[in-house]
Amino acid sequence: MMAVVFDVLLCALILVVALAAVSGRALFPAVVFFIVYGLLVAIAWVRLDAVDVALAEAAIGAGLTGILLVGATARLRRMEVPEAETGTSAARIATGIGCAMFAAMIGLGLLSLEPRGTGLAPVVAENLAGAGVANPVTAVLLNFRAYDTLLESIVLLVALVGVWSLAEDRHWGGHPGLRQHARTDGVLAAFGRILPPVGLMIGVYIVWTGSKQPGGAFQGGTVLAAVWLLVVMAGLVEAPRSDGRLLRIGLVAGPAIFLAVGFAGALGGTFLGLPAAHAGNLILLIETALALSIVLTLGLLVAGPPQRKAGTEDGA
Amino acid sequence: MIELLATRAALFGLCGAALIGIGIYGFVAHAHLLRRLVAFNVIGSGIFLLFGATGLRRVAFGADPVPQALIITGIVVAFSATALAVAMITRLAMLSGEARLPEERPGGAPGGER
Repeated sequence: MMAVVFDVLLCALILVVALAAVSGRALFPAVVFFIVYGLLVAIAWVRLDAVDVALAEAAIGAGLTGILLVGATARLRRMEVPEAETGTSAARIATGIGCAMFAAMIGLGLLSLEPRGTGLAPVVAENLAGAGVANPVTAVLLNFRAYDTLLESIVLLVALVGVWSLAEDRHWGGHPGLRQHARTDGVLAAFGRILPPVGLMIGVYIVWTGSKQPGGAFQGGTVLAAVWLLVVMAGLVEAPRSDGRLLRIGLVAGPAIFLAVGFAGALGGTFLGLPAAHAGNLILLIETALALSIVLTLGLLVAGPPQRKAGTEDGA
Repeated sequence: MIELLATRAALFGLCGAALIGIGIYGFVAHAHLLRRLVAFNVIGSGIFLLFGATGLRRVAFGADPVPQALIITGIVVAFSATALAVAMITRLAMLSGEARLPEERPGGAPGGER
């Protein structure tokens, strides 16, 4: 009974916070509500017994997306971009009614669906012995449906190329644009020194433990990327130049090793197929390389397009 | 016990459906592109929640790992799209001084001065 009450309250809270994120007047509170919303959704995933998803939602959906949006809000504010909204309240009410009806239709559709068959859980459980890892979600991500993960890591890389391409020509190859003015005795600088050791340990642990328990390269990589961003934002180290050779090797290492293992599998019969005897070690190899590339790519995606010092401040 | 889990799955599935509606409202109601990006992410997580909850309704077999893996991939891809969109919105604001599309300007015809 208590559990049902908790779930109902959680759902109500999620909906209220989502409404606040979407319908408020000002931009910055909307972004803050969105971050809270992401964390609440992560709790919902825990309630649904999907801890791997909860970790990804908290780290990527709430955390990294949150920093990205806060950063963008600050940049737009410095450029003095107007926030004024158009549209009459009558139009908004009409839109609201339409959207409520649409959501009700989806909800009715969901309730009228009869669960059929057994799903894929039994099939995964049957084949888990030869997958090389004990966590069924990691087994799906890196063995049974490795295609998804390979292409996902390439999507990340393409997004980074897209972000970098938005830099002006004169900034090309510069340091990614998180220029910070942290005071040396400020909170950020202090956090930048205290948190990284803890964050590093947690991040590496989450990557490592992904083979047995909830966790993995993406979730752990996000924590490590956050540590890196924190150190950069605290002004303790500078983000590397975007034309550095080492950086670029690191960026492609994960997808490249993943592809290489995939082609090796093709020689043995199946592209991306892992022989059961070596699956555990191969997955560890892929996850380690992937985690490195994910840390760099996620961090640089948040940092934004490269800039050069000689350029004007954010072009404003 | 199993009935309780099925109720929970239905509850969070309905929550996902409502989130999709809320997200679409935000997407339509705002011209500011960052507000639209927030709404886009709300729609996305609503769809994930709907999908994940339907995957849990066959509770006798435990939480299905395949939808979970697909959703994790989806979260990462949504983040990539968001990062690219933030960069594009910032660039648009640099060039035009506004964070909305030219055709959304009040009274401004498309193809007007930039």
